[in-house]
Amino acid sequence: MMLKGRIIYKGTAEGDALVASHPISFYGGVDPETGDIIERDHELRGESLVGRVLVFPYGKGSTVGSYILYRLAKKGLAPAAIINEKCETIVAVGAIISSIPCVDRIDISKVKPGARIRIKGGVVRF
Amino acid sequence: MLLTKAEQDMLSGREGHATKKCMEILVALGDIYGARKLVKVSSVQVSGVSYKNLGDAGIEFLSELADDGRARVKTTLNPAGMDLTNWQAQGIDEGFASKQLRVIEAFRRLGVEISCTCTPYLAGNKPAFGEHIAWGESSAVAYANSVLGARTNREGGPSALAASLTGLTPLYGYHLDENRVPTLIIDVTAQLKSPEDFSAMGYFVGKKAGNGAPFFHGVKRAGIEELKTLSAALASSGGVAMYHIEGVTPEAKTKPDGLEVLSFSQRDLEETAAGLNDGGSPDFISVGCPHCSLEEVATIARMLRGRRVAREFWICCSRRVKLQSDRRGYTRLVEASGARFACDTCMVVAPIEDLGFKVVATNSAKAVHYLRNGGLQARFWPLEKCVEEATKPK
Repeated sequence: MMLKGRIIYKGTAEGDALVASHPISFYGGVDPETGDIIERDHELRGESLVGRVLVFPYGKGSTVGSYILYRLAKKGLAPAAIINEKCETIVAVGAIISSIPCVDRIDISKVKPGARIRIKGGVVRF
Repeated sequence: MLLTKAEQDMLSGREGHATKKCMEILVALGDIYGARKLVKVSSVQVSGVSYKNLGDAGIEFLSELADDGRARVKTTLNPAGMDLTNWQAQGIDEGFASKQLRVIEAFRRLGVEISCTCTPYLAGNKPAFGEHIAWGESSAVAYANSVLGARTNREGGPSALAASLTGLTPLYGYHLDENRVPTLIIDVTAQLKSPEDFSAMGYFVGKKAGNGAPFFHGVKRAGIEELKTLSAALASSGGVAMYHIEGVTPEAKTKPDGLEVLSFSQRDLEETAAGLNDGGSPDFISVGCPHCSLEEVATIARMLRGRRVAREFWICCSRRVKLQSDRRGYTRLVEASGARFACDTCMVVAPIEDLGFKVVATNSAKAVHYLRNGGLQARFWPLEKCVEEATKPK
């Protein structure tokens, strides 16, 4: 399947889809040392986002979350790419400063968890 | 978004890596929020200064930007995680201190004023009515929009820095007239007698108003102290970036029709204040969230004259207000009592949970909100009671 979205940060990436139907808070919700999702009661708790194509509706929580993405990227623990339904400031800024390809305006309910995803520009293929 | 030739050059990297990254941030945000163009800003307030929140990644990011980036407009800083000169006396450990000083050094290289206060408008960064600015620090954002009539969205650390290093911000949200109008009316019947009453009211209303702009009807008067604590509370329990008070704030017109009306009664006030009190005897007392004004410091100094405090007591304020306090002799009275000034920092951004305190008393609903998130118990008392309790033997 091919879905077309809007480019937030352009780039090419490939990885397995890690899909959440709920928003993610990077500050406090993701361990910056390991890339594990640690937010209490989150559906992806315990999953690692390292090297995955992280698919979720939008970011939430503190704007410091942008720095968590940057920290992960510096350690080689960042997601391969980010796909959002509606990108907001925290994720957009985090993706840009960390050079993580990021696309939004995608109907994320169509993305199957675990699917091999390729992103090029604003086009998502799986 | 429409970019001028000069802006396109900045985006292409012709003015260096930092400017390019900053333009990428601004253009992406502009596209996300439907801005038509960028607008020049006259002032920036940067949040995300405490090492407690930034971590090592923040240091790296700031240091990298500082390699070739420079502030192009007046830029001031939020509080840091410690008093930058007096941190040892605060009990801050050396590891934390050295990291915090690296953060400050990066900001200094960026050409940012090391003001370290959440009340820039009391410390030399006070924009005029109608000016476009890009401020982080949610309480200062609400104050700037509502009380000063300047125009800013709620910026995060990196987006405020991006504005500083380019002198630009995308034109959307609170920069536009149509988004500065009330969305909800608050009919105030409670008797507001102190800044703490305004703080409780802000906490109550913030929960209901979300990201909207409440219009307060029935508030007779409000000074700087009332407005700064109201701004802080509205922006901590909710996401309020602007409010209006009839007869007080500059963009408040007569009470608008056709909006939802919510009342704030005496009972609401009492219940909110009670709900901010966890109980327990405080081992730490701290006032100045937002940072104390000179008038608040004067009140505290008068009350502490000739007395001793029996518990750790921090008076958080900007270095500017502390200097004014030095000149007027307040500092001497305060320090003779054993109380401590905490400049450049506050009880919310300092790592106080590591200092071993369990119950904190404060006069700010915002501080209670964040202290509880940090796992501490809180007491919410008026300023005068905080000072009284600090002097009571344990």
